[in-house]
Amino acid sequence: MNWITNYVRPRINSIFSRRETPENLWHKCDECGTMLFHRELRDNLNVCTNCGHHMGITPRDRFAALFDGGIFSEIDVPEPLADPLHFRDQKKYPDRMKAAQKSTGEKEAMLVAVGEIGRTPIVAAAQDFSFMGGSMGMYVGNAIIAAAEAAVKLNRPLILFSAAGGARMQEGILSLMQMPRSTVAIQMLKEAGLPYIVVLTHPTTGGVTASYAMLGDVQIAEPNALICFAGPRVIEQTIREKLPEGFQRAEYLLDHGMLDRVTPRTEMRDELITITRMLMGMPQAVKGDLPKPEAGAETEVEDAAAESVEVKKDAPADAAK
Amino acid sequence: MTQYLEFEKPLAEIEGKAEELRALARANEEMDVSEEAAALDDKAQELLQELYKSLTPWRKCQVARHPERPHCKDYIDALFDEYTPLAGDRNFADDHAVMGGLARFRGRPVMVIGHEKGNDTKSRIERNFGMARPEGYRKAIRLMDMADRFNLPIITLVDTPGAYPGKGAEERGQSEAIARSTEACLKVGVPMISIIIGEGGSGGAVAFATANTVAMLEHSVYSVISPEGCASILWKDAEKMREAAEALRLTAQDLERLGVVDKVIPEPMGGAHRDSTATLEAVGDMIEATLTDFENRDRDALIKGRRQKYLAIGSKGL
Ligand SMILES: [Zn+2]
Ligand SMILES: [Zn+2]
Repeated sequence: MNWITNYVRPRINSIFSRRETPENLWHKCDECGTMLFHRELRDNLNVCTNCGHHMGITPRDRFAALFDGGIFSEIDVPEPLADPLHFRDQKKYPDRMKAAQKSTGEKEAMLVAVGEIGRTPIVAAAQDFSFMGGSMGMYVGNAIIAAAEAAVKLNRPLILFSAAGGARMQEGILSLMQMPRSTVAIQMLKEAGLPYIVVLTHPTTGGVTASYAMLGDVQIAEPNALICFAGPRVIEQTIREKLPEGFQRAEYLLDHGMLDRVTPRTEMRDELITITRMLMGMPQAVKGDLPKPEAGAETEVEDAAAESVEVKKDAPADAAK
Repeated sequence: MTQYLEFEKPLAEIEGKAEELRALARANEEMDVSEEAAALDDKAQELLQELYKSLTPWRKCQVARHPERPHCKDYIDALFDEYTPLAGDRNFADDHAVMGGLARFRGRPVMVIGHEKGNDTKSRIERNFGMARPEGYRKAIRLMDMADRFNLPIITLVDTPGAYPGKGAEERGQSEAIARSTEACLKVGVPMISIIIGEGGSGGAVAFATANTVAMLEHSVYSVISPEGCASILWKDAEKMREAAEALRLTAQDLERLGVVDKVIPEPMGGAHRDSTATLEAVGDMIEATLTDFENRDRDALIKGRRQKYLAIGSKGL
């Protein structure tokens, strides 16, 4: 992707945050208590500059930092049925959805995009823990299928960032059915010979871990991320004993052979570029300042991508700045 | 002696009375209680029909968990010949919560796999109440791969509260084992038939129940979370399990309407445990009919059909 030409393309969703926060705000690190300047924290991808604690990051912010020049194109996800079970607990499901949409500014719990990282074309999907705990419902299933289909069509690797408390109970059995549905999507990638890389972020639990989040060719986790099937509280209740320090954390899983790597968020992009380029048989990435791209050289590829994949053309008005 | 469920208490009283009368008559030859006993029987039958005509979702959960309900082992004993258990995951252990092996089903060689809950204290502990550990899923994966290579249809009998939430299970990769088992279900080029005979508990059930045909017994349940678990999370009160069971739509009837389940197998009046033989036969007939349907289907069609089915789930609401 050529960042100069893309910069002027209106269809691109670029670096912006829908919820603007005043620049002079302070954040307290939940781990070490250090007061961090908002901008300092943001520039460090929500990783505490004092203790390295990884705080949550929205898919949009993550993609802005991941893709070259912060530029990516969102892929449309087929709309599922709304509230198929007419689910109601203490609140109605549609009301919970509206509240989540309002507080996050997002439609649902997963964002799918195409773009380049270190000039390596990829498809990326990221789960949004701030949207109803990132829970896996029909939309998330559709998003993974859309991501896999795009990857196959464009012959690109898929990188998926997981973050979820598990299945979305309000969609009952239909949320559970996203386990086999997402597995079908991953099989499409594998049959096409394309890499599927999973980055597990805090927390990834339940049916999400027990399906697409554990089926990667390469499994990378962010430091200290909780990754499990059954949560620690459920286990403590079942076995009636205290669990050891660090149980079900990324480093513990690495030790037990369940992960390939644990990598800090600030080093993740470079690592993903290195790995995907090797798996795709591409030459070593050029690190540092990129040479000025030749006009039109790589735009054709991207145009082809835009045509074959349904790309969101109606970027929100505030995206243009 | 039948074990009665909470909602069957009035029934227990009537049937108890009839039994008492008959016991009295046996002790005293001059007594003739046949008329009164028969009247009580009629009354009991009427009440049973009344109770089971429209079981609430929570009551269905109780029936599905009834300790005398036929379990995996009962089906294997009754419906399969030459059952040859194949043990172990070749990595760590053999999981007794999962039964599996080669067998003949009405003459045809097949692979049968299922969760077994056990039927008394000793066997329940040995079977870990039907809650599998990673080894159970990995054994199943091994058997599915073998079935695929030797062209044997796979029949799974699903009956689990869920995968075991234990320390060792997590350390040995419960999530990965379940994910790979579901993947194996989707990969095999042989007919994959799954019957939910009791409880279909969450991911622990999906790992066996991703099939070309998924059938459910009339009063079995299949859910993303137990009603108790759902109640404690969404209602912040585990006692709200009735409401949760209602909201989750976990009955065979609702799941058929949603296109998640392909067939519902009727149970004898009063639930499978009231007439095990009839239940086992009905399941056997369903398996036979389904195997016959798939007889001339080639590998690709079986795999493609299974995938398409799952991709299409979600297009129907209630
Ligand atoms: Zn800190
Ligand atoms: Zn901030």
